[in-house]
This record gives sequence, C-alpha cells and structure tokens, in this order.
Amino acid sequence: MSTLSIINVKKRYGPVEVLKGINIDVEDGEFLILVGPSGCGKSTLLNMIAGLDTISSGEIAIGGRVVNDLSPKDRDIAMVFQSYALYPNMTVRNNISFGLKIRKIPKDQQEETVNRVAKLLQIEALLDRMPSQLSGGQRQRVAMGRALARDPALFLFDEPLSNLDAKLRVEMRAEIKLLHERLDATIVYVTHDQIEAMTLGDRIAVMKGGEVHQLASPQQVYDDPADLFVAGFIGSPPMNLIRASVASKEGKIGVDLHDGGETFFLAAPDAVQSGLSAWNGREVIVGIRPEQITDDMARGPERTDRVKRNVKVDVVHPTGPDTLVLIQLNDTPVTCRVHPETRVRSGDTADLMFDLSKLVFFDPDKETRIR
Amino acid sequence: MADTYQTQTAGSQWLGRAVLYALLVVFAVYYLMPLFVMVTTSVKTLDDIRAGNLIALPQEISFAAWFKAWGTACIGVECNGLKGNFLNSVSFVVPAVLISTLVGAFNGYVLTMWRFRGSDVLFTMLLLGCFIPFQVILLPMAQTLGYLGIANSIPGLIFVHVVYGLAFTTLFFRNFYVTVPSDLTKAARIDGAGFFTIFWRIILPLSPAIIVVSVIWQFTQIWNDFLFGVVFSSGDRQPITVALNNLVNTSTGVKEYNVDMSAAIIAGLPTLFVYIVAGKYFLRGLTAGAVKG
Amino acid sequence: MTTAANASSLDRPHKRFADYLETALPKIVLGPTLLIALIFIYGFIIWTGWLSFTESRLLPRYELTGFVQYISLFENERWWVALRNLGIFGGLFIVVCLVVGLLLAILLDQRIRAEGFLRAIYLYPMALSFIVTGTAWRWILNPGLGLQNLVRQMGFENFTFDWIVTPGMSIYTVVIAGAWQSTGFVMALFLAGLRGVDDAIIKAAQVDGASPTRIYTSIIIPSLRPVFFSALIILSHIAIKSFDLVMALTGGGPGFSSDLPATFMYTFAFNRNQIGLGAASAIIMLMTVVAIIVPLMYSETRRTHR
Repeated sequence: MSTLSIINVKKRYGPVEVLKGINIDVEDGEFLILVGPSGCGKSTLLNMIAGLDTISSGEIAIGGRVVNDLSPKDRDIAMVFQSYALYPNMTVRNNISFGLKIRKIPKDQQEETVNRVAKLLQIEALLDRMPSQLSGGQRQRVAMGRALARDPALFLFDEPLSNLDAKLRVEMRAEIKLLHERLDATIVYVTHDQIEAMTLGDRIAVMKGGEVHQLASPQQVYDDPADLFVAGFIGSPPMNLIRASVASKEGKIGVDLHDGGETFFLAAPDAVQSGLSAWNGREVIVGIRPEQITDDMARGPERTDRVKRNVKVDVVHPTGPDTLVLIQLNDTPVTCRVHPETRVRSGDTADLMFDLSKLVFFDPDKETRIR
Repeated sequence: MADTYQTQTAGSQWLGRAVLYALLVVFAVYYLMPLFVMVTTSVKTLDDIRAGNLIALPQEISFAAWFKAWGTACIGVECNGLKGNFLNSVSFVVPAVLISTLVGAFNGYVLTMWRFRGSDVLFTMLLLGCFIPFQVILLPMAQTLGYLGIANSIPGLIFVHVVYGLAFTTLFFRNFYVTVPSDLTKAARIDGAGFFTIFWRIILPLSPAIIVVSVIWQFTQIWNDFLFGVVFSSGDRQPITVALNNLVNTSTGVKEYNVDMSAAIIAGLPTLFVYIVAGKYFLRGLTAGAVKG
Repeated sequence: MTTAANASSLDRPHKRFADYLETALPKIVLGPTLLIALIFIYGFIIWTGWLSFTESRLLPRYELTGFVQYISLFENERWWVALRNLGIFGGLFIVVCLVVGLLLAILLDQRIRAEGFLRAIYLYPMALSFIVTGTAWRWILNPGLGLQNLVRQMGFENFTFDWIVTPGMSIYTVVIAGAWQSTGFVMALFLAGLRGVDDAIIKAAQVDGASPTRIYTSIIIPSLRPVFFSALIILSHIAIKSFDLVMALTGGGPGFSSDLPATFMYTFAFNRNQIGLGAASAIIMLMTVVAIIVPLMYSETRRTHR
C-alpha cells in the first residue's frame, strides 16, 4: 500500500511560516501534482516528504507509517531532481545501482534490476557512459532510471523537465505519463508549469503563499477554480477576469459589460443565480475563458446560455491552431479564441459568441468564488 | 586586446612590438637575476667570489659549498649542516599539510552540503582568522604548547601549523564545494548513503583539483614559514628556514657566501620544485587565497 | 486512504540512535574547528590583550596594571622607528607592487609569444620563502662583493650603493626585496582581471573609435577596481605581518634602523623578556590590520552589494 498522507503540516523558518497547514491525501497509484508560482512552498513540501527538510509541525505518513522521525533512506521513496543530480564520477550503470549497493542488495539482483530499468527506459546502450557524455534528455532518463531501480513506495519529482528544451519536454511528459500508467506508481510531482500539471496529474494541488488553494482533478481546477488565484494561474492564455456590476434583467441575475460603446448583459448560469443575487448592484469579478468567446456559430443558434455580440477588435494574434483576438470589455483587455481561418482585422468589429454556461464569479475583495 | 593594434600602421606596430618584447625581457632578466646569482655563487670557490664579481660566471664549477651546506656547515656552535633541519621540516610539513587539508575538506563539505543554523556565522569567524597578524597569538601559544607538553617538538609545530592553516584549507574547499550542486548530496541521501559515504564516494572523487591546490598552498606556506619555527622551536628541532637564517648569521670564521647561497637554494628547492611541476595549481591557490579579500 | 480523522491509527516509528547521530554528525565534524577558532584565534587575542595590561616580563603575570605597557611602548624610540619604517615600507611596497604588477599584466595581455613562460618567471619568487629571498638579496646588496662592487668594476669607480648597511636607508632595501618577491603575484591577479573584462565592451569602444590607450585608461583599468582592492588588502596584510624578510635581509639593522613592528614584537617578547610590552605591540599590530583592512573590505563589499 503506497499511500501518502500530509496532515496539517507546517514549516517555519524562525518567525516566517512558509507552509501554513497543508492537508493532502494521496491514494495508492495516484499522480499528484503540486503546482504554483515560485516561493509558494511546493518544493519545501516535497523536500519535507523526502526527509531533506524537517517538519515544524504536523505529520507526514507514507504507506500508513508516520515518517517525521525517519531519515530519507528509511522512508521508502525515490526522487528525481531538476538538475538530475547524477553522480558525475560514476557510470550510468553505477548511478542506477548506487542505491542498491548502499542497501547491500546482492550483486546479481543489482544487475538484473539495472538491466530491467535500462530496458524500460531504453538506455541500455548508455550504461557504460559517464553522465558528462549524455545529452539532457538522456540524463533525464538516467535520473528516472535511478529512481525506478529502487522500486519505492513513493516517487517524488522536483520539476524534472524544466531544464529540457520545449520539444524534449513534450516527449518526456508523454513518457512519464506512460510510465505511470504502466507501473501504477504513486507519484508526487512538483512543477511551476501549468500545462505539465494539467496533462500529467490525476489531481492537482494549486499552491500559493504556503497554502493549498485548490486540490482537485485537472478538469475541475480548470472549469471550476476555487478562487481568483487558481482561475488566473491555470490556463494559457489565462482566464479573462473582468470587473463588472451585477444587474438583473428579465428575471435573471447577470453582469453588465460594454466594449466602449453599447452595454450588454450576460446572464449567469442557473447554478449561481441565487448566490449572485445577493450581489445585485455591486461589483464582482467575472471570469470567462478565451475559448468561451469564439466565432464558432456552428454549435447552434443563440440560446439562453449563448449570446452573440458584435464587438470592436483591438489586436489579432494568429498562433497557428487558433487565432487570439483581443477586445476591450469594461476597459479590460479580453482574449478570445477564434478559428484561424476566420478573417478578423484589427480595428474592425466581429461577431463573437459568448458561452455563458461556464461563467464564474468572484468576490473582488476576498477573491473567493461566488457560488 | 591585441585587436586594438589593428588601427595602427604596420611600421609603428612593428616598433611597438619590439619595445614591448624588450620591456618584457628586461623584467624577466630582473626577476631571474637573483636566482642566477644564487646558483653561480653557490658553485664558485671563495677565491673565485673575491676575484670576480656578482654576475661573473664561475671559473670552475665546484659543488663543495653544497656539500658543506648540507652536511658540515656551522650553525652557531653545531657543525652538522642543514640536513637535520631539512628532515625536521619534512617531518612536520608532511603531516601538517595532510591533516589540515583533510580537515579543511570535511569542513568545506559540511559548510556547503550540510549547512545548519549558524554555520555561515562560523565560516565568517574562521575567515577573519586568516587576517590576524600571528604576532597576536604567539605568546599564548607558547604557553599553551608548554601546558600540552609539546613545546619545542615536531608534534608542537604540526599542531600550530594545522590550527592556523585550517582557515585557508576550509576556505578552499568551501569555495569549491559551493559550485557542486547540493542536489547530489540530497540524491545520495535518498539513495541511502550517510554522511561519510557521501563524502568518500561522491564528493571526494570530484575534488582532486582542489586537493592539489590545497596541498600545494599548505606545503608552500608551512615549508616557507619562519615565524612559528623561530618562536616555537630551538636547537636541532628547528625547521630549515630558521636554520638557514642562523647559518647566514653565524659570524664565526670567514664569511662563506657560496655556502650561504647553497643553503638558500637547498631551503628553496622543494617549493621551487612544486612550483615548476604544478605552477597552475599554485597560481589557483594564490588567487583563491586572494578571493578571501 | 488515511485522513486526519483516523490519524491516530498510524504507525509511528521513532528516531533511533543512528538517526540522532546522523543529524548531529555535521556539527560534530565541524566542532573541533569551531573550538580551535574560538580558543586559538579569539581566545588568544583576548589572552594577549590581557597580557598587554600586565607587568609581565620573563614570565606572564596576570594582575592588571592598566596602560603602563602602552605608555612605555609609545615612549620607546625603537617602536617609533618601527612604525615609521612600516609607513615607508608599507607605502612604497604597495605602490611599487601595484604599479609594476599592473604594468606587467598589461604588457603580458598583448598576445605575447611565450606568455606562459614569462609569467612563470615573474611569479616564481612567490614560491620562495622570504628567508631565501632575504638571504639572496643580502648577498646581492652587500657593498663589498655585491652590486656596488659589480658597478665599480664596470668602470664607475665612485658608484656607491650601500643602503643595506646605512641606517635610515636599510629599510629601502627591504622594499626592493619585498617588491621583487610579490609583484609577480599582483601581476597574476591583474592578468586574471584583464582576461575577465567583457570583450563586447572593448569591441564596442573600438567601434566608437577609441584608441588603445584610451580603452585601457577609461574602460579596462576602471573595471579592475575589485582586483585592485583585493591586491591592496593582501599587500597591506603582507606589509604589516612582514617579519621573515627583515630578519633575513637586515636582521632589523644596522642597529634597529630597519625594525618593523613584527620584529619589534619578536625581539621584546622573546629575546628581551618583555612579555607585556611585546603583547602591547602585538595588539597595536592587530588594531592596525583591523583599521586598514576592515574599511577596505567594508567599502568593497558594500559596493558589490549595491
């Protein structure tokens, strides 16, 4: 059983509290992502799980065993580092088997493990090379091989892909995902890259300022962000966040928007109607993702949750698969995602369809969701 | 920087180069002159010295002065030459160099890979120790060596040189290990290696260059030391530098300049040899020692 | 799956002795060095400080008697000679080393053939003991058979160069020998600094039409400021500590005309059985080092941190 429980864990450096009570449970075989901007405490938390940093208060349990008092070697973990941390004076083979040697595993068993891992990661040809003779991607594989050889209860990854170039990063991402599915391993993976977080994780813990802002599946974090920070952090380009006044029209609660000219009304989804009604007449922040403002008329005509508006276009950014169109709503730049073959020019107006079913609303002061 | 000459005409460029090389050669001659004088004087006979001049080549080459300096020259009233003192120097320099380098390596390892609260303060404290004029510790140290029962002994000199060499060796290793990613230590800890295993198996194999730097620096410093030698040892326990100075200052009989020069060369040979063999590392030590400033 | 609710059911292994040892090991390893630094550097400074306030002569005594030793130190003519000599020696030694060292570095930085060989020649004296250097120069500078004799033989019958035996001049011979030994080191520092100057800046200046001299004076030399400071700190440190060179070259003589504070301290503390006075002079030396080096280091670190 390879579970991980983080129970009210805090970390203090003197008077400074860098982790303010973290509670996370990771199931056997689960892939958990810790994501957040630098300084959010994600790497500190990982180091505490590994035993490389002490726990100020709270408990961490791996496989039902509290490891607070155990040294890293007794925690049954393996870790892959951002810098790979390959031992420069050892061949790839010795790098992989070092941990087994230290643990006094019999020689033949060591060899067997090295060969199995090398085959799995397709690094058999590299076994007798030194780390300095390897490319970045190969080093990354060896670092993973070293972790795999140990067959631990828990794998820890500390931004393992951030030193790779973009193309290799995508490849390795796919490979890590495949590996996870094949091995059914329990993994805690730290990254600051929200795309990595979305593609790899079973669940994502979005952290900031030493706190977990949301712990949920990638889709949930994307569609249903817990607060303003998560909404702005996850997604690229990020969610549009617009200040707007709450109003009611035809018995529905919603917000008023304008593009410099005419004001128009966007009704809130049914689920938020009652929650938002308390805010009638006050300002909130409304969140709408770029792909929810499109030129895609094919999905059908206007409905109550789909509104077409003709708005003035400021800037057009073709990206290849999509074209991003910048407009102004309530004096805030807003990104919309349109089909690349749609002809839109800066300064013109365009018909854009607003998908209202996924509108989210935030308290502008407390930055919490209004539900 | 030679690019800057591209703007000049060929003629003035040629002249400039000639002046440049002339200057460099003049300086080289100036720096080599004392060595030349030492060597030629040491193989001259006394008559030759009196008859000729400083830079005259020897009439005939005689190594008598060398043998005398090594075996029979008088230092004070003893006439046994420098050989005993040379061996004294070897017998405390070697252990002092090895111990201070090893301890320095451990200190550097702890100060970079196993930092704890207060370890930086400690390092700064140690660093300031590089700067004190040693006169300020001579009197208490003389007393302390007496209490410890190692006054005027080889172990006493080893002790003193290790104590006051640690600041430098620690500095060398610490500044080197700062450039080694600490993730290596973390990875090894997770792999199950302990404090000493990581040191011997991971960190030390990365360190040959800095070990050479430290050994050469310490060797040069301790071999060339005069102050500790003259204060903390006497008689036949004295290191070679002190014996050389006494030999030169022994005023009985005729002044034998050729013996003095032979003795000076004998005292200088070991460090000169190290410099010729491993000058690159010697320079690295010097500049690393300078970085402390 | 575990939750906070059933956390009490978790297995809680405790730290074993080995774990405690493992966490304490770094401190245990560093401990002896810490102890040594505390006792043999800081403790001994205090000890010497204490001695300087006593009437210790042949043997140390520990009853405090106030500033007597400092008063008699500054009433001692020989101490003033040592201080004056330190001023002369320190000033000249530092200036000569910096100027010649920088000059040599610039000369060597012109894509010289056999640069490594020349550099090795300029630097080798640094490998020698000051005692060896002193012995060699003592022979070269002796008026009877040395340099003076050589020049006279070349036809300049009235040439006189007898500084080493002339009171008031002998300290300058210390400067000559000291500079001979240490310039190569300063050159190496400056050369490393010159090599570290960003090529792009120099190229930009060339494109702007600056002359080579101009590039050196306005761009390269100003950028060597940190090297200059390091060299200054090390040289002043060498100057204040200078002991061996004087002992081997002049023995402080003639008389005590080439004494430096370091030789003064040694003579009084160990040859003349004036422990208290020796301690007081050592403390003044320490204070001189602190007074000169601390502001230098402070101004330099402040500059770099800004």
